[in-house]
Amino acid sequence: MAEKTITIDDVRHVAKLARLHLNADELARFTLQLGGILHYVEKLSELDVTGVEPMAHALPISNVLREDVAEESLPVEKVLANAPARDGDFFSVPKVIGGDEDSAG
Amino acid sequence: MLAFDTVVAARDAIRAKKVSAVELARQSLDRIAKVDPKVRAFNSVYPEVALQMAREVDEGKRSGPLAGVPIALKDNLCTTFGTTTCSSRMLANFHAPYTATIVQKLEAAGAVFVGKTNLDEFAMGSSTENSATHTTRNPWDMERVPGGSSGGSAAALAAGMCCASVGSDTGGSIRQPAALCGVAGLKPTYGRVSRYGLVAFASSLDQIGPFTWNMADMATMMEVISGHDRRDATSVNEPVPQYSTEVGKPLAGLRIGIAKEFQLAAGIDSAVSKAVSEAIDVYRKLGASVVDVSLPHTDYGIAAYYVIAPCEASSNLARYDGVHFGHRTSEKVSDIVELFSRSRAEGFGDEVKRRIMIGTYALSSGYYDAYYVRALKVRTLIKRDFDQAFEKCDVIACPTSPTPAFKVGEKSGDPLSMYLCDVFTVTCNIAGIAGLSIPCGFAGVTKPLPIGLQLLGPAFSETRLLQVAGMYQRATDWHQRRPNVA
Repeated sequence: MAEKTITIDDVRHVAKLARLHLNADELARFTLQLGGILHYVEKLSELDVTGVEPMAHALPISNVLREDVAEESLPVEKVLANAPARDGDFFSVPKVIGGDEDSAG
Repeated sequence: MLAFDTVVAARDAIRAKKVSAVELARQSLDRIAKVDPKVRAFNSVYPEVALQMAREVDEGKRSGPLAGVPIALKDNLCTTFGTTTCSSRMLANFHAPYTATIVQKLEAAGAVFVGKTNLDEFAMGSSTENSATHTTRNPWDMERVPGGSSGGSAAALAAGMCCASVGSDTGGSIRQPAALCGVAGLKPTYGRVSRYGLVAFASSLDQIGPFTWNMADMATMMEVISGHDRRDATSVNEPVPQYSTEVGKPLAGLRIGIAKEFQLAAGIDSAVSKAVSEAIDVYRKLGASVVDVSLPHTDYGIAAYYVIAPCEASSNLARYDGVHFGHRTSEKVSDIVELFSRSRAEGFGDEVKRRIMIGTYALSSGYYDAYYVRALKVRTLIKRDFDQAFEKCDVIACPTSPTPAFKVGEKSGDPLSMYLCDVFTVTCNIAGIAGLSIPCGFAGVTKPLPIGLQLLGPAFSETRLLQVAGMYQRATDWHQRRPNVA
């Protein structure tokens, strides 16, 4: 497991990946707190997990399928009622093209 | 006050026409108006919804096992009436376009909804202090927290504002507030209750369950809310037992398991240890045998949980983008990524941000195997521990919380100390098994502070848990104690 402590640059990078705009105070505070939490969870590295299967889910079920039948969707008006901004039947957002190309990911 | 403050008593009184559903709804609303300014269990109260639902019962338009029973819903369950806020600025004005399955089931059974209760934002926390709006107070001592994240639902029941309530439990969020507020709380087996319409936190751990005073009530609620739902692919297609007819039957030859790793856990309050060991003595007197079991990976439960839950949360909460619904920044932004980032930064509180970042970090390139996959392997080990323990015993008994209710502000500056409260509860979610907390005594000198006994059982052992808890409640009266909320 990763031995290094988390730095403010790591936190800045993670915040960018997570799409969270953090100010300088938050970056400093979260660096300290995340460092403490990550240090604690590093105790998982004490265990020998060789040959142990990972379990994403406690239930022994997989691939739950249903008939491929079209059903009624939510009414457009109900869905758009919560939109922060709309233009007719569309969600409205600021101009998407032209800003900095985001390289995160 | 409610003339009848339990589910079965209220329903039977309405059936026998000792009280009308409208009268009982009014009593509930009056009680909320009187004590909730102090307790602050509710995010929103819906007198018109409650009275309309009650009238339908009185007019015979709705009937069922919960006919006329006033019930409070955690504010992360989607309802088409009012708002579904998750106690987050992000969803402060969110009107759900559909109804959660559990809400539909309760409604079909005759329930009367009085309001929606406070929680730690997006159910992340153990005290309700992470709510964006306010901290709920413990009805037994207003200087203390009610626990969390379903603290509002636990406090609403404890303070006599409803006859039952509903919460969700991802790492202890039903059982711990039940313990701290002196009521019963059940986290059903993963897949027992549909999660459709529960705002997702950590989808492989989340489960909805009831708060009640006694086991007849718990059985009645579980019979209504359990079952397969085609809209939740993780709900299991197992028949729902008739919990309400099974609950009164005592178990002959009951074997209670005691896990030494739980007894050795750090930071257990002495009054909690004493109350739990006295509860186990009650079972001995009732003829149960007590057997030692081992859960060797208990000490790794919180570490595994605080990797798995944040990873799932970081994915689930990616949907809050300021575009489709929820908070959008009013700052001028230069591109769509800035719109996302500023809206999310303004809409989420600190604990939600911390968990999103832990999850994002643990899932990011270079760390995925070291954190996430390793935690999932430890999850397998924790599940195996329980499988082996339940070969030797029927249920495992332990404290629900290492301490009684702590003071408001006591742990809020230190997220890790808050996480360590979950030592007895998280492994149940990790393994997907069932867990129940019932009141088993009090700590405290000046004011009594409730203590919870946790009973853990294998997957789909709800009938057994209700029977085992019912045996205890017939032999003791802790579940009949009520706080003095003036």
